Amino acid sequence: MFAFLTGPMLWLSFAIFVIGCAWRVVKYVRGLDWQLDRVPYGYYRELAVKGALKSIFHWLTPYGSRSWRLKPLYTAAFFLLHVGLVIVPLFLFAHVMLVSERFGLSWPTLPAGLADALTVLAMAAGVFILLRRFALPEVRIITTAHDLWVMAISLAPLLTGFVAAHQSGDHSGWLLAHIVTGEIWLIAIPFTKLSHVVLFFCSRAQIGVDFGVKRGGQRGRGIVW
Amino acid sequence: MPEGIYCNKQPITTDEALKALLSDTRGKKYYEEMESLEVDREKLWSSIQKTMKSRMKTWLSVCARCGLCADSCFLYLVNDRNPEQVPSYKIHSTLGEIIKRKGDVDNAFMRHAMEVAWSQCTCCNRCAMYCPHGIDIGIMMGYLRGLLYSQGFVPWELKIGAGMHRVYRAQMDVTTEDWTETCDWMAEEQQDDWPGLEIPIDKEDADIMYTCNAREPKHYPEDLAEAAILFHIAGENWTVPSEGWEQTSLAMFAGDWEACKLQVQNVYAAIERLRPKRVIGTECGHAHRATVVEGPYWAGRPDGQPPRPYIHYVQWVAEALRTGKLKIDPTKRIKVPVTYQDSCNYVRNWGLAETAREILSYIVEPGYLREMTPNKEHNYCCGGGGGFNGIGKFRPQRNKALLTKRDQILATGAKLVISPCHNCWDAIRDLEEEYRIGIDWSFLKPLLIKMVVVPEHLKPKDDDGDA
Ligand code: SF4
Ligand code: SF4
Ligand code: SF4
Repeated sequence: MFAFLTGPMLWLSFAIFVIGCAWRVVKYVRGLDWQLDRVPYGYYRELAVKGALKSIFHWLTPYGSRSWRLKPLYTAAFFLLHVGLVIVPLFLFAHVMLVSERFGLSWPTLPAGLADALTVLAMAAGVFILLRRFALPEVRIITTAHDLWVMAISLAPLLTGFVAAHQSGDHSGWLLAHIVTGEIWLIAIPFTKLSHVVLFFCSRAQIGVDFGVKRGGQRGRGIVW
Repeated sequence: MPEGIYCNKQPITTDEALKALLSDTRGKKYYEEMESLEVDREKLWSSIQKTMKSRMKTWLSVCARCGLCADSCFLYLVNDRNPEQVPSYKIHSTLGEIIKRKGDVDNAFMRHAMEVAWSQCTCCNRCAMYCPHGIDIGIMMGYLRGLLYSQGFVPWELKIGAGMHRVYRAQMDVTTEDWTETCDWMAEEQQDDWPGLEIPIDKEDADIMYTCNAREPKHYPEDLAEAAILFHIAGENWTVPSEGWEQTSLAMFAGDWEACKLQVQNVYAAIERLRPKRVIGTECGHAHRATVVEGPYWAGRPDGQPPRPYIHYVQWVAEALRTGKLKIDPTKRIKVPVTYQDSCNYVRNWGLAETAREILSYIVEPGYLREMTPNKEHNYCCGGGGGFNGIGKFRPQRNKALLTKRDQILATGAKLVISPCHNCWDAIRDLEEEYRIGIDWSFLKPLLIKMVVVPEHLKPKDDDGDA
């Protein structure tokens, strides 16, 4: 069981994740239509690239957009959650060790204390975002079951991983749960709203080009969309 | 009843049909018939499949339902934070629902969607700037309007408006004769005060071709005269086309994309026929959006540009002041507290926030400008955009929407609002009538004419004959 989950199943999960995400991007780009979208994608290459990068950059920078600044608490929660979900697993000592044992590749890792702190903060942020959904009428009205599932799927690997790391003895049930939930998470990415892992960049680039080339970007001022 | 006599899926294409629809006062019968208009579900679904591409699909599917767009929408704020006015909700409960049900929606649903599309969104695009995913609800509302229009679920006035464009290539029944006569008449009228002033029609290879809003020749011909006077003072070599002079597009508000194309092609044909160095549009905001920002795509121009450089009036004024073609008499500058209404259509959608401020720096005595909060690209819609101003059925909702601008203006303490956009101008006029806050409002042209320095050689010769 353990061997299967850390062997073929892990490979399969990664494959589904990578191929699925690539497929989403390909489909996105192929489905663009300059005339229906009313954006000249192919023209003004330089302005387009500038608009796209600017848009992505400002929204990936904490408090880099006006919207982020207007919602300081949500923004903090958003970035903490994403750091916990993206940065921590990539630089976690245990994960890097696994890769280096199998493939001989290795890169710097996060100090254990920091990784722990970030994981806890990310979980807290996730819970905060969930509670906010029900507390604020303007968010409650647009909340669907899908949103709750997506959050549950995302938080599960964090929780199980955290507990597993702090348990003595290996091959525990928690470690198993961590691997399973991590795999579910990877597989869910291309098929759910989690596809924003890649589609965020597509859609932000698109609106960056739209505003940057067509809607005012040519007339100078440093507007951030 | 599948389709009514007044309310149906056919676009208006003849003068008779227009007159017939107009004769139905305030669309009384039209809306009655709408209650039993049949939805062509198959057609609805097939056109979605053909026209809904990845951008909109993605926007709908990745929406994080985070609600960051809520506060960005003035309609949400002014309607006491009613959750049903959250941009994401507005689109998911209408367009999103149609898609989820693969077009299987009924009459009542379509009428509800019509109300949302035309009375809960002015397509001001403000929410797009506040969404982490860059989801532009205004654009999606425009798309929804197109679907509703094709099924006959469109407010009466906009069905007429789109029909006007189809029949007259203008938002009102102004014919080529009406237009050229108005030009001649206005030029003649100004002759005493402005000797030599002309409104040249169909002059080829001029520096400027001027286009306007059909409301000007129809209801405010002085606006055309004022444009002529300012070009005259600035010494511009300009012209107006006899055909293709109308720059607005009620068809865009209606979601009648075919009429949009017909309309804008007419203007582009004039440009190609007269070969001006560039084209200058009037102060109207949505006219600019229609003909310059969106129009090239309707007409199928892959570079997204009209056939010649096409600028907004604000750009011309700023340039004329900067280069000294127009000089302002400093003693005549505005010396009352004044504020400026940024039109969504050329500020958020054309980047003219600073250009407008440049003009203000010439015409307002330092210390008298009171900026609204928020302003520039972050301004709120006047409350009447996207066709909202013109729809009788939604007048109560529109009047409520005006409160945002009213309060913004009141907070500045300004007595005068400069509002180049015609539509904003209307909204501000209406809000003054509705709520009496004691303000004046003005386009740029009349203000400029009052304070511009007239070169000696353009002044009328003295009657005594000694000049
Ligand atoms: S801000 Fe954007 S992602 Fe968030 S709910 Fe609104 S439309 Fe959806
Ligand atoms: S486009 Fe403007 S009016 Fe429409 S939902 Fe967005 S912010 Fe509100
Ligand atoms: S009327 Fe003016 S402010 Fe309102 S949407 Fe149109 S351009 Fe914007």
